[in-house]
Amino acid sequence: MSALLEVRRLAKQFGGLSAVEDVSFAVETGEIVGLIGPNGAGKTTLFEMASGFQRPTRGEIWFDGTRIDRLSTPAICARGLARTFQIVRPFGDMTVLDNVIVGAFMRAPSPKMARAHAATILAQVHLAGRCDQVARTLTLADRKRLEMAKALATGPKLVLLDEVMAGLTRVETDEIMEIVRALPRAGVTILMVEHNMHAVMGLSDRVIVIHHGRKIGEGSPAQIAENPAVVAAYLGGRDDADA
Amino acid sequence: MTPLARGGAVGAALVAAMVVPLATPSPYALSIVTLTLLYGYLALSWNIIGGIGGQLSLGHAAYFGIGGYASTLLFVQFGVSPWFGMFAGAALAALAAALIGYPCFRLRGAYFALATLAAAMILKIAVENSHGLLGGPRGLEVTLLRDAPLQFQHTRKEFYYAVVVVMLTIALSINYLLLRSRLGFHLVAIRNDQDAALALGIDITRSKLAAAMLSAALTAAGGTFYAQFVMFISPDKVLSANLSVQIAVMCIVGGRGTVFGPLLGALLLLPAEEIARRALGGIVGADMMLYGLLLMIVMRREPRGVQRILRDLWNRTGAPRSVNAG
Repeated sequence: MSALLEVRRLAKQFGGLSAVEDVSFAVETGEIVGLIGPNGAGKTTLFEMASGFQRPTRGEIWFDGTRIDRLSTPAICARGLARTFQIVRPFGDMTVLDNVIVGAFMRAPSPKMARAHAATILAQVHLAGRCDQVARTLTLADRKRLEMAKALATGPKLVLLDEVMAGLTRVETDEIMEIVRALPRAGVTILMVEHNMHAVMGLSDRVIVIHHGRKIGEGSPAQIAENPAVVAAYLGGRDDADA
Repeated sequence: MTPLARGGAVGAALVAAMVVPLATPSPYALSIVTLTLLYGYLALSWNIIGGIGGQLSLGHAAYFGIGGYASTLLFVQFGVSPWFGMFAGAALAALAAALIGYPCFRLRGAYFALATLAAAMILKIAVENSHGLLGGPRGLEVTLLRDAPLQFQHTRKEFYYAVVVVMLTIALSINYLLLRSRLGFHLVAIRNDQDAALALGIDITRSKLAAAMLSAALTAAGGTFYAQFVMFISPDKVLSANLSVQIAVMCIVGGRGTVFGPLLGALLLLPAEEIARRALGGIVGADMMLYGLLLMIVMRREPRGVQRILRDLWNRTGAPRSVNAG
């Protein structure tokens, strides 16, 4: 079985600085995979390359049978790979529903169908009650849900979630975890960058650890928690550990 | 009131308002009204790229001039009816918008505005120096045929008034439909956040190009109308930077990105300009100072424009506020 997403010996350099070095991993259909590592480890750079915002210096990215590392962001989105942004980016002037309709137009042939699809997605992230609210006025937790809803509305096979739980309370985190946990059953595979260990350990089928741009570990949450290299670099490393 | 009923009420009021000027006995007053509505039409045309798409163009006089010169030249030189010349001008302006837009759309904010301003200036200077074909700085006269509606001219001002009302209705409809279409949603998303729009699969350049070309084509049709209404065009009238600024300011003051805001801006600013001109006795540049002043006042009070101020007033007095709107 070939992987839904496959990253092969990927590298990215900014001038002399090496942000990602020789990273390889795969994500299978139906999985929830966590991508962790200390700040500056290269996680977001990986997302930027997979979503077409940055070109890799070396290496390849394959998605659903095609090589995507030379494609534009809209072309990648059209193939079924969507992303959220770490710093949420709602379309502030628009209502919550209109924000999601923008994404729904990716697959919906008519405005009417885009509207219907957007309403379904908003129900899925428990934001249906806020349809007519202007996005700018949402709370952080609701902005994070909206960020997910916009990506999900494009009809993706794989969603890259970039810290959708950062800054949320425990209760809010649990609510978002429930939403994410239900996604594979709806046909959406998840690769997520997350600092919240409670969420990563609770949700992931598999965890990949990046440190200084290199992959230093991969395995089940239990294996990762006991991997000495990972513990040294990240979980137990002095005062680096979050959560 | 439902949005539909409210829209219907606004529409009925507009139709009624459009009949009233016909009762005026003075051709001068009707001319002012016609010009005001032409500016409303131009502000609505600008709104497609500048308001809905959020790309601040300060070069729309170029498209207005292309429309006026194309139809006039075709009419004077080859006897082509300006009704057809209007479409030729629109096509030419759309092409010009693509040529200007393609390299400029990578620029954001003020840089895009400056690039469009420069493009329009280059065109103005080129026309001013083409003495043979386009009449240079002195411009072109439309051959007078008196009452020839098929050649887009008539001695009665009511003819032009009727034409501008139709054009305005078309521009309002296009804005209304655009805001509900896929392209409209894409443009509003681009205005809000380009990278987020990109991530949702929107082809930014293609959306902007489509909007710029549509906007330019409509603006050019306005240029043809102006040439036929005044029967004369010259670079300083139809290609000036002042005109570009006027169109943009009307749309912004009225409420960019909305359907009725741009028209409202024209209805407020053009009469204000006319009154100021009389009061100040023709001080050069007084109209531009007035535009600047009104722009500052409105932007300080409500960046979404006068239409927003009116809507808030309407909501406060007219209907009880919706419970879940807040």
